[in-house]
Parts: sequence; C-alpha cells; structure tokens
Amino acid sequence: MSGEEFVPLSLTPLLIGTFAAIACALPGNFLVLRKQALIGDAISHVVLPGIVVAFILTGAISTWPMMLGAAGAAILAVIMIEAVRRLGQIEAGAAMGVVFTTMFAAGVLLLEQTDTSSVHLDVEHALYGNLESLIWLDATGWPSVLDPVALAGLPPELPRIALTLLGVSLFIWLFWRPLKISTFDEGFARTVGIRTGALGMALVITAAIAAVAAFDAVGSIIVIAMFICPPAAARMMTNRLETQIGWSVVFAILSAVTGYILAGYGPLWLGAADAVSAAGMIATMSGLILAGAAIWGPCRTRAGAPNTA
Amino acid sequence: MLWDALTLQLGYNATLVAIGATLLGISAGVTGTFLFLRKRALVSDAISHATLPGVCIGFMLLVALGGDGRNLLGLLAGSAVSAWVGLLCMNWLTRHTRLAEDAAIGAVLSVFFGFGIVLLTVIQTMGVGRQAGLEGFLLGSTAGMLWTDALIIALGGAATLLLVMIIRRPMTMVAFDPEYAAAQGLPVHRVDLAMMGLVMAVTVVGLKIVGLILIVALLIIPPVTARFWSQRSERVVLLAGLAGGLAGYLGAALSASAPNLPTGPIIVLVSFGFFALSLLFAPVRGVLAAVLRHLRFQRRVHIRQGLLALAQGQKIYEPLTLRLLRRSGLVRADGVATETGKARAAKALRDEKRWEVVRSDQAHEATAALYDGLRDIETVLTRDQIAEVDRQIGGPQEVPA
Amino acid sequence: MLSLAAHQGVSITEQNIEDSPLAIRGLTVSYGQKPAVFSVDMTVQPGAMTAIIGPNGAGKSTLLKAALGIVKPLSGQVTVFGAPLEKQRARIAYVPQRASVDWDFPTRVIDVVLMGLSRQLGLLGRIRGRHMARAMECLNRVGMHDFANRQIGQLSGGQQQRVFLARALAQDADLYLLDEPFAGVDAATEKAIIAVLKSLKQDGKTVVVVHHDLATVTDYFDHVFLINTRKVAEGPVAQAFTAETLQSAYGGRLATAQIDQISRALG
Repeated sequence: MSGEEFVPLSLTPLLIGTFAAIACALPGNFLVLRKQALIGDAISHVVLPGIVVAFILTGAISTWPMMLGAAGAAILAVIMIEAVRRLGQIEAGAAMGVVFTTMFAAGVLLLEQTDTSSVHLDVEHALYGNLESLIWLDATGWPSVLDPVALAGLPPELPRIALTLLGVSLFIWLFWRPLKISTFDEGFARTVGIRTGALGMALVITAAIAAVAAFDAVGSIIVIAMFICPPAAARMMTNRLETQIGWSVVFAILSAVTGYILAGYGPLWLGAADAVSAAGMIATMSGLILAGAAIWGPCRTRAGAPNTA
Repeated sequence: MLWDALTLQLGYNATLVAIGATLLGISAGVTGTFLFLRKRALVSDAISHATLPGVCIGFMLLVALGGDGRNLLGLLAGSAVSAWVGLLCMNWLTRHTRLAEDAAIGAVLSVFFGFGIVLLTVIQTMGVGRQAGLEGFLLGSTAGMLWTDALIIALGGAATLLLVMIIRRPMTMVAFDPEYAAAQGLPVHRVDLAMMGLVMAVTVVGLKIVGLILIVALLIIPPVTARFWSQRSERVVLLAGLAGGLAGYLGAALSASAPNLPTGPIIVLVSFGFFALSLLFAPVRGVLAAVLRHLRFQRRVHIRQGLLALAQGQKIYEPLTLRLLRRSGLVRADGVATETGKARAAKALRDEKRWEVVRSDQAHEATAALYDGLRDIETVLTRDQIAEVDRQIGGPQEVPA
Repeated sequence: MLSLAAHQGVSITEQNIEDSPLAIRGLTVSYGQKPAVFSVDMTVQPGAMTAIIGPNGAGKSTLLKAALGIVKPLSGQVTVFGAPLEKQRARIAYVPQRASVDWDFPTRVIDVVLMGLSRQLGLLGRIRGRHMARAMECLNRVGMHDFANRQIGQLSGGQQQRVFLARALAQDADLYLLDEPFAGVDAATEKAIIAVLKSLKQDGKTVVVVHHDLATVTDYFDHVFLINTRKVAEGPVAQAFTAETLQSAYGGRLATAQIDQISRALG
C-alpha cells in the first residue's frame, strides 16, 4: 500500500491502537499478578456513567471534561468497591460486581433521561469505540510526518494516548521496585516501610487513567482485553517479571497491529466489501495469542510449589 | 401512575414485562447465591459477556436459513452455546494453566465480547434490512416484547428455579467446603459445572429484559444483600430470591410508569437500593451495628486494660484509656484512682487471676476457651466454682493502691 | 505460686524500654470481637535469642505482626530501640510465615534476596556488582548459592524458608523477627537456620522467633516469652520456661505426660 493511502487512513489508528494496548498492558501485568485483573473490568464499565455525568454537567461533548468525568468515576468506583468490601465484609469479586453494575445502570439511565440524540454520544460508541474514524485527513503521505501544518491536524486522540503511555511507563519505571516487592510479598513490603495501600491505589489509578485514555479508541469493554490478555499470555512465557513485561508489550503490539489489519483488510480478502470493528478484532487477536501461549507457552503451568494446591 | 403500574394496570405489555422481570429476579437471586457462596460471583460476568457471539451467530444462521433472525428462541439457543464455550475456556484456563480465575474471567469476557462486536459489525454490513435490534441484547429492551417472548422467559425462569431446588444440597456442600464434598463422593467439578450451567440459563433468559451487561447485577446484588440478614445458607437463598423478585417487580413497574426509564437499569438500581439499606442497617452485619459494636468493644478493652494497670500500679500510656476511665468516674482528673476505681481494679485483677486458674486447669477446658480478657467470670462459672477457684488462689490478695 | 505466673519473670522498669530492641506496652489486637492478644507487655533483651511460645491461636504471630505494624492494634505502643517503629524500619528484618506469598510469582531466588537491599537501593538505584555479591554471600550463608537462578516456586519448602532468611540477612538489621521458621521444614534446613541465627547472636544481633516445638526450646533459645492471649511469662529460659508456666500457658491443651517430659528435660 502506498504512503498516500496508508498515512492518512491507517497510520494514526494503528498508532493509537498500539499505544492504547501498551498503556493498558503495562499496569495489567501487576493487576494480573495481584489477582486484581477484574479491577480493569470494573473501571471500564464505569467509564460510561463518568462521561454521561460530565456531559450533563457541561452540556457539551468536549474531551477534557469527559476524560475527567471518566477518571472521576473510575476512582469513585475503586473507593466504593473498597468500602463495600471492608464495611460489608464481602469478597472482592462480589463487591466489584455490586458497584460497577450499579454505576453502569445509573449511566444508562442518565443517558436515556438526557437528550443526547443531537450529539454523538451513545452507548455503543462507549462500549466498542471507533478506532477506524481516527484518521489523519491533513496527511498526504509519508512526508506529512515532518510537516508541521499537517501535524497540526492530527487526531487529538494520538497525542493524548501517547502522553498517557509515557505517564504510565514513567510510573512503572519509577515505582518498579516497590511495585514488585509489594506484589510478591505485601507483609514484607510493609516491614521495609513501603506504603502498600497507597501504592496499590496509585496502581489502580494509573490503570484507570490508561483505561480512560484508551476507551475513546477501543471502547470501554475491549480495554479489558488489553489489561488482561497480553500480560496473561506473557505470564506463560517466562518466570522473570522483567521478561514478562517485555513479552506483554510485544503481545500488545502484535494484537493491535494484526487486529487492525485483519479488521480492515480481512473481509476484503474474503471477498466482503466492508471492514469489521477494529477494536473487536484487536480483542479477538489478543485472545488468540493468549490461547496460543496457554497451549504452547514454555511456562504455562504453575511452578511446582510444594505447598500450593 | 405508579400505583397503576404496581397493580399491573398499565396494559398488556407492561404486565408481561413485570411478570417476566419478577420471575427472572427470583431465579437470578436464588442461582446467584450459590455462585456468591462459592466466591465466584464474577464468573457470571464472563458468562454473560460470552453470550454476544452466540446471539450474532444465531442471528446469522437464522437469516441464512431464510428466517428474519428475530426468533427469540433461536437467538437464546445461540447465546447459550457460546456462553457454554466461554465457560469451558475459562475452566480450562484455570485448571490447566497458571492463570488465576480472575484473569481467566477477564480474558474470556473481553475476548468473547470483542469477537461478538466483530460479528455485530459483520451483521450490520450483511445488508439484512433490519438488524433485529441485536444491540438490544446489550442493555435489554422490553419495548416490543411479544407474548411468546414473555412465555419463554417465564418458562425459562421457572425451569431454572426448579433445577436449583433439585440440586441445592450438593451445591451448598460444594460452596461451603469443596474438599469435604469431594471426600463425601460428590463430583465437585460437575456440581460446579451444573451451577455454572444454571447461571448461564438465567443469563440467557434475562438477555431480553436487562441485557447482558446488567444481568450480572441480578446475579450478584440480591445474594450479597441477603447475606446481611442471615447466617444460614437456606435462608440466604430464600431471601436472595425475595430481594431479586421484588427488585424485578418494582423495577419493571417503575419503568412502565414514566417514559425514558429503561427496565434493566431501573431493576438494577432498585436492587442496589435494597443492598445499600442492608449494608447500613442490617442488625448484625450492617455497618451501623458494626460501628456501634466496635466502639463498645474498644471501650471495654480500654477500661479493662486501664483497671488492670491501676491494680498493678502501672503507668497508663494511652490517652484514650485515661479519658474513658475518667469519664466513668474510675480515676480523678490527675490520674489517681477513685474509690470505685480502686474497687473495680481490684476486682479486675482478681478475676484475671481466677481466669488464670481456670485456664490452666484441664477440667475447665471448655470454659477456658471462652477467655477473651473481657468476659466477667461470673458469667461462665457458678458461685461454688468461683469459691473453689478462690480457694486455689488462696486468701484475698493485697491490691496496690 | 501458680497464680502469679502472669506477672512474674523479668520485672519491667521504665528505663529499660529505652535500651530494649523491641518493647511493647499494653498491646491489644483483635480480629472481630475476640482479642487475639490482650494487654500484653514485652521487653526483648538485647543480644538475646528469644522464643515466643504458646498454644495454637494464642496470638503468637499476631503479636509479631502488630509489633511490625502489619496488623493494626486496638491499643498499645511499640518502640524499637527506644524509638517509634517507623523511624527504625532499617534496623528490623522480618521473615514471614511461608504460606503468605505467591509462590508462582515470576521471580528468581536471587531477586528475592535482592529485595532485602531495597532500602539501600532506594527507588531507582541500580543493582551493581557489590549488591549482587552481597546477595550471593547471604545465599551462601544459608547454603542456597547453587539455586540463585531458580524460580522461587521450584524449591522445596525448606529451601524457600532459607531463601527468605537470606533476604532478611541482606537487610543487615539489628533485630530479626521470624514467624515459625521451622514449621514444616526438613531437618537439614532446621539445622542451617539455627546455625545462622546463632551466628547472628554472636554478632550481637537480637533474634525473636515464633516457635512451636517445645522440645527444642532449651537447645535453641536463651529467653522465652510465653503467651496465651495474655502474657504468661517472660525471661531467661531457666526461669520462665518451667512446668508451671507451661501448664499456665497451655492449660488443658498440653497433656500432663508431655509436661512431665519437658520438665524432666529441663532437669
């Protein structure tokens, strides 16, 4: 395919999809190891009520209030889950189930109650995004990548997700050691003075930010696939955390790129006329990669700890 | 208007929805309880999201066979098949790989949902005039519910309920102690699968009314609510059914009473209302009761500790202890014990010694287990027994002033 | 005088809180409505090896965890070398009960030992040759240097326990707290661990161990702390570890024959 076609139509969605996948996979590694994988599930479900509330408050579809609304909803959800879990002495899974379904229901209700028919705010969009529409019309080919005028017309999602990826990476890099220690052995971490509660919260908030930034591109449900599948597949490849993170990034990129290409061109190869959902295809690919790793991965089974069942 | 809705006077469709929602609420609450007691509540999330590809494939098959794709039974059959496949994938991942259940749940739900979305976009481009409102399965849509739809839901709900009643004993045993259940010869894995199968049935039945994302709420919230009110599993099951049924009924009625009140979300919110009330005000496990109990308990601990310190002439470090003692008139403002304080302190020390005798005597083993540093010895021993213990201690002891 | 057991042992005076590596006053911890530890005072002697003993559910591990700030007490104060716990983190090393970590965690033996150097390394400090050498030296002391590159879950229970001891050694602390280090380990491991603990004592470190095997108390330790929700006795083994204190701590739960046997062993 020529640059004239690829750069305006495919480069930006591809980059956005890839960045979103990596930004979610990085914290996902720790969530999976901490058996908090479903925090990603909970966060992604409450993004919808967050943006609806932001829309009601501001009356307009503008990016930053919506991002803030979504992030606020995610943090509120995490706090509510903790509160329900502790106050009601309910196991974490059930506490999550109570909170995120309720918030989601509230979001749908608010959406129905508000007149959003004039603007582009609908449940489906929030659930499965529209990666395909994030094109770069100002580009004319590869030279545009260096052309400031064309660059000004980049879809704003691209710098946003790039920035998020940078922030997430920075967080993981900066807190690598405490994250690793407290994930492995929380009791020990506390005895060496690591504030495990605050650190856990920071991790969840980082994940929430990644989810919010990514949901625009891939939709809120499919974000979960990015949180869980690449790290889970990476888990089957190695027994070292450093290597696992590396694999998870590779798998995230692989899912995003193959998913995007298959969604766009797969149907054409099969003789159909139209593309299918790129976000859905990315999730599907990440699932296939996970399946492959689960069947062939060198470290797919549990280590033979003598005292684990 | 609301009254009309509650008494099922809002017309044919609203009545159908209300009956269907009530039945659905009962069977979801009852079934969900076993899932919750087994600590696998969120498995339902994976099952429900995994129905989406099946709905789509069912639709495509129906269209390919020349139908219009709106046959509810066909769509539900499709959703059941794909939910079952998702369930098996999840089980396989947790049993044969190192992944924990939460990761397996998340992987299955997101991948199946993603694949479902792909199929949904395929259907959109298939050029079939109507998309059959497949999106309605995401959030439920009761608008154009037909008599046959309601019948399917009612029959499905009733059948599920019946099955739950039949296998409730093995399910309770497995949820309570899987290892013991296995030792009793119960096929734990198969009981688990049967439980998941029931969850799947409820999910499938509920797709039309509340949609696949919110059905999870009906499976989780009523059991969690019921748990606040009883410590016995059979009662929790019944209460969860009640809470679920009531939420279904009230939710459906409310939603019929005004425009723009979608049934699924309203049912979930009503259900959450019950939950919030229980969380706060349930008599034993509720937050209010727990806070009061904790404060009372903390008070008892501090006063007892303070009295023992007074009796042994030790310095009291804790400001809270001092404050509590002062407020009860046991010490003066300068920290010196009052007459009552001295008497109570002497009694506390003496009781402590009595306890010690009791605890080191094999004959009192059952009583000794009750020791918690706070319990008054008179509540566990008879007067004669105390006298006997006192004889062993020997004579009243001096108490430092 | 059986009745005095709770209050005998080394008498507590205000001044030795200052020098004690670990001093606990009026500590009460409860899970729910029943205190696991009630109003306990403890003054660990510097340079000694102290065993915390008591029946199952007597609050031994809870006492240790509260001392380390892992569980929150209902009341009470903890000082470490005369200062609040938070200021003295660097001087404490803790070896948790084996069951408390995820054995499937993607990490090697050497990485676990390096965790002991985390305070020294800070957030971003790079692991250099000397850190590696120090970690290897600690592994060597517990006889596990050949296993440095194994995944932690691939070791036997005893080997895992030794790795956790090596991690504590790497912390180079002054006070070592171990929670049931001998539970379910093989004889070789038990020997290796006790040798390391004795060498720590020779270096002037203080060692506190939650211990469950009454038969080895006199061989391994010089001080004991008997607990059964309340403190039963505290002091040098010869004074505080007697038939009376044991009877008082274990009550009906310890068969008389067993007590006889122990008191015979005590001479």
